[in-house]
Amino acid sequence: MNANRRILSGLRTGFLYLLLFAFLTPFLLIIMNSFKTTQQFFESPLSLPTTINFKNYASAFDNMDFMQGFMNSLIITGISVTIIIIFSAMTGYLFVRYKWKVNSIFFFLMLASMALPFQVLMIPMVMLYGNMGLLNTKLTLLFMYLGFGVPFGVFTFHGFIKGIPYELEESAFIEGSSTLRTFFSIVLPLLKPVFVTLLVLDVLWIWNDYLLPSLVLLSPDQKTLPLSTYTFFSSYSVDYAPLMAGLIMTIIPVLIIYLFLQKQIIKGITEGALK
Amino acid sequence: MNKKLSLKNAGTFLVFGGPSIFAFAAVVIIPFIVGLYLTFTNWDVRTGDSSLIGFTNYLEVFRDKVFLQQLWFTLKYVFFTVVIANVFAFFIALALTRGGRGEQWLRTGFFTPNLVGGIVLGYLWQTLFSQVLPYLGAKYGWELFQTSWLTNTGTAFWALIIATAWQLVGYLMIIYIAGFTGVPNDVLEAASIDGAGRTSVIRRIILPLTVPAIVICIFISLSRSFLTYDINLALTKGGPFNSTELATYHIVQKAFLSNQYGVGQAEAVVLFAVVAIIALTQSYLLKKLEVES
Repeated sequence: MNANRRILSGLRTGFLYLLLFAFLTPFLLIIMNSFKTTQQFFESPLSLPTTINFKNYASAFDNMDFMQGFMNSLIITGISVTIIIIFSAMTGYLFVRYKWKVNSIFFFLMLASMALPFQVLMIPMVMLYGNMGLLNTKLTLLFMYLGFGVPFGVFTFHGFIKGIPYELEESAFIEGSSTLRTFFSIVLPLLKPVFVTLLVLDVLWIWNDYLLPSLVLLSPDQKTLPLSTYTFFSSYSVDYAPLMAGLIMTIIPVLIIYLFLQKQIIKGITEGALK
Repeated sequence: MNKKLSLKNAGTFLVFGGPSIFAFAAVVIIPFIVGLYLTFTNWDVRTGDSSLIGFTNYLEVFRDKVFLQQLWFTLKYVFFTVVIANVFAFFIALALTRGGRGEQWLRTGFFTPNLVGGIVLGYLWQTLFSQVLPYLGAKYGWELFQTSWLTNTGTAFWALIIATAWQLVGYLMIIYIAGFTGVPNDVLEAASIDGAGRTSVIRRIILPLTVPAIVICIFISLSRSFLTYDINLALTKGGPFNSTELATYHIVQKAFLSNQYGVGQAEAVVLFAVVAIIALTQSYLLKKLEVES
């Protein structure tokens, strides 16, 4: 009975790994073929590469201006995620601790806005910011990510801060600490679990975003990685081998983060969705 | 704590709320209002002229056969994507919440497509559909793959669904797993003592108790697939002959390439209304099925 059950569960696990293998075949095919020449890829896309050469990677690296796209993406993602987290934590705190009418109005508006698709906002946004001559700078894009990221950030921090007993801050106030100082030295350190959740969700969102940067950043030297990938594919559309190397290179940075943070990422998604 | 907002503590409001509320208002509230206004004008980008024209833009939206066709195309695409992604995610999650060995690894693996943005994902599948599958078709004589799926409207439609669902499955799986872990163990044990089979446990216990997770998953997959843009752009570019343009793709083209901001915005508002109605109806209907554990 017991042995039977063990065999059965072994079979099931084996089947699941097989399923996963099939599920990830698209990745495997792209990796395999990124080491071949385009000619070899056309002739036998399913065979293993006979030699491992990085020529395609070098050519993709140069032709898609990988470094520039990577740096732009890094700067934009890094700064926007940081400001989203800090400012939403502060606003979340304000909304929980001060029951002013303005606060509840803005909190309500932020909640409601989360149901609003970006598509309803993009045309007037491009129009307004274009008229003011504010397009085509990273600063505008950062500001927009802050505006779009804040509702979910505030909502998440709000839920968490509600659970923190006020007494902790009260004693600090009695000793004459200012609100700002109390927030940064007492409340902020307690918010670490929420940081990780937001960090993960916002990094995945902003790093991979295509539509917003494509509308805001117009000059080639501003391009983020998804924009470089797009240009690269539109201009080299028949030379598949370097294209596949380019795809792999754009995936690698997130993959590295994932390998380090996988537990938190999965936890982040769960908490982000269930709230 | 419950002090009234006054000049004295207005500073607190500005310091703590200022930056985020300002950005939120400038990026969300004002564009939303301007956007609604825009749908009632015939704003022209080149001349900057604009005057109120009432509901003309909306009438144009409903008279535009191409947009209506694409909206219908989008609805079909959303329906199949949501069903396929959720069914797969549900059963994979079910198989991965038994505490078996290697579960963590399997979960990690199924989630990986979510690390990839829509553009990269679209090109990845484009390479497969336009090169690898036709190769297989030619080599083994499989008729299904003889020509690239992307050159035919019907098959390009399924290519879009496969690529989107492939990404969504891992994300939804995570949420379903969280839902399943919330099903109390004693209920499951009691059922197995009473001799309930696997299927009836799923149908009578797990399904009703995970309704909240199902509501969330359907909502997420609905709103994500309704707004698909970059997968569409990278995979089919709307082709062949604009037959696979999803609603968002159409709106972007209309507004930014043919400069019809007013009509484009009216289409966006209509799309938003469609999404909202469907999402609210589904969560209302499903919530009725919810039970207390």
